[in-house]
Amino acid sequence: MSDDLIQRIITCIADSQKIPREKVTLDSSFEELGIDSLDGVNILFALENEFNINIPDEGVQGIRGVRQMVEALDKLLSGGADAGAVAQS
Amino acid sequence: MARRRVVITGIGVVSALGRDAREFWQALVEGRPGIGPITLIDMSPMRFQNGAQARSFNPAEHFQQKEMDFLDRFAQFAVVAAREAVRDSGIEWTSELRERSAIVTGSCVGGKSSEDEGFQNLYLLHKPRVNPLTIARTMANAGASCISMETGICGPTYTISTACSSANHALGQAFWMVRDGMVELAVTGGSEAPFSLGHLKAWEAMRVVAPDTCRPFSKDRRGMILGEGGAMLVLEPLEAAQARGARIHAEIVGFGMSSDAHHLTQPSVEGPARAIRAALADGGLAPEQIGYINAHGTATLANDPTEVAAIRAALGAHAERLAISSTKSMHGHALGAAGAIEGVATALALREGVLPPTANFTTPDPLCDLDVVPNQARRGEVECALSNSFAFGGLNAVLAFRRWEG
Repeated sequence: MSDDLIQRIITCIADSQKIPREKVTLDSSFEELGIDSLDGVNILFALENEFNINIPDEGVQGIRGVRQMVEALDKLLSGGADAGAVAQS
Repeated sequence: MARRRVVITGIGVVSALGRDAREFWQALVEGRPGIGPITLIDMSPMRFQNGAQARSFNPAEHFQQKEMDFLDRFAQFAVVAAREAVRDSGIEWTSELRERSAIVTGSCVGGKSSEDEGFQNLYLLHKPRVNPLTIARTMANAGASCISMETGICGPTYTISTACSSANHALGQAFWMVRDGMVELAVTGGSEAPFSLGHLKAWEAMRVVAPDTCRPFSKDRRGMILGEGGAMLVLEPLEAAQARGARIHAEIVGFGMSSDAHHLTQPSVEGPARAIRAALADGGLAPEQIGYINAHGTATLANDPTEVAAIRAALGAHAERLAISSTKSMHGHALGAAGAIEGVATALALREGVLPPTANFTTPDPLCDLDVVPNQARRGEVECALSNSFAFGGLNAVLAFRRWEG
């Protein structure tokens, strides 16, 4: 996963949750950032808009931290339709 | 005035399980879900495809074309269910009774299809105007108002909107009004028609809808399945029902409400437990009298174990000895109509001595390890039953029913 991808995702999480960007690191858990399940779907919505993709429900329900989110996004973006991500037309 | 006993003398249901209460009950005892692809709208932009659609409902069988123009689908469900319930009750109206009768309905989202159509015309097709009936079709009280116009009931008439608890709040208010002598009769229930693209997209974004089917309390559950329909009940004081020789389906004995004061969407244990305790206290019931609970049972990952914990918290050791089931596994989650549809299921379960199952159940979940009546209905002549509704926003409403032994 590239630094650029990590930074875009961290920015997305920080902006959507209204938390300072410097507080969000690759190793932050959602719990320590005060992010609950409803916040989680808001983050997915922000990421869908940022990357112009549809993120399926499968594979994202168990995500509990930034690193997991980056890994899931990396897989979706590199795997294309095979990994479940569908580019928006 | 002393509290009066309140009985259900009329029942009507329109749902994914059929055109009326008889078809509804038949499907429940057979454990036959009404879940499949939604065909009311073009679902190609949607990630999920399935819902519990009232496929056998044909509005042209019930309404003239001009009437249909005035009624959104959710209001049509309300009127058709109310017609069946009133017919079933055999009530004979007098002008005095009409003035002393109430209508209390529940609806979470109102006329979403009508609203969507207006927005499409405005934003997508860039038309300069929308249908002038949009407001009248969209308002959440349209069902209650149309029932009033049809029956001539002109006492207290209103609609409660508390998301998934709407109909239980409506039934509870109607029950209290009859019990405490504010009115002599109530037509109460709920209706919902949530299958519009704009609304379904909002559910998709929340990521709580299952891609396949509704599997409450099953370890492989993947979320809720939305449903549509309506159910109405006629409530009367016991003495009045007996005096006119009415058939009594069941008795409503208690109603309890609470708020979680916690979170917009995350369920809590203590809020629902307090509503269950409140319903028992209101009905003067001990936990040991409850033999069956029609659970909220949405089949989301969060609801089901939380509800099981709430039932245990409220009923203690007795929770291990009663049966619970989620009939949403068959008729879907009809949002503001859910409590009414499930209230009918509960009343009929008591009347028939048969507990409807939790359908689509495959694998026990250690976090939901109560007796959930998996897949097959079961004979069970229980004295009392509860019907749970726990809404987004943390608003809980629980009704207690008693078998009518007359």
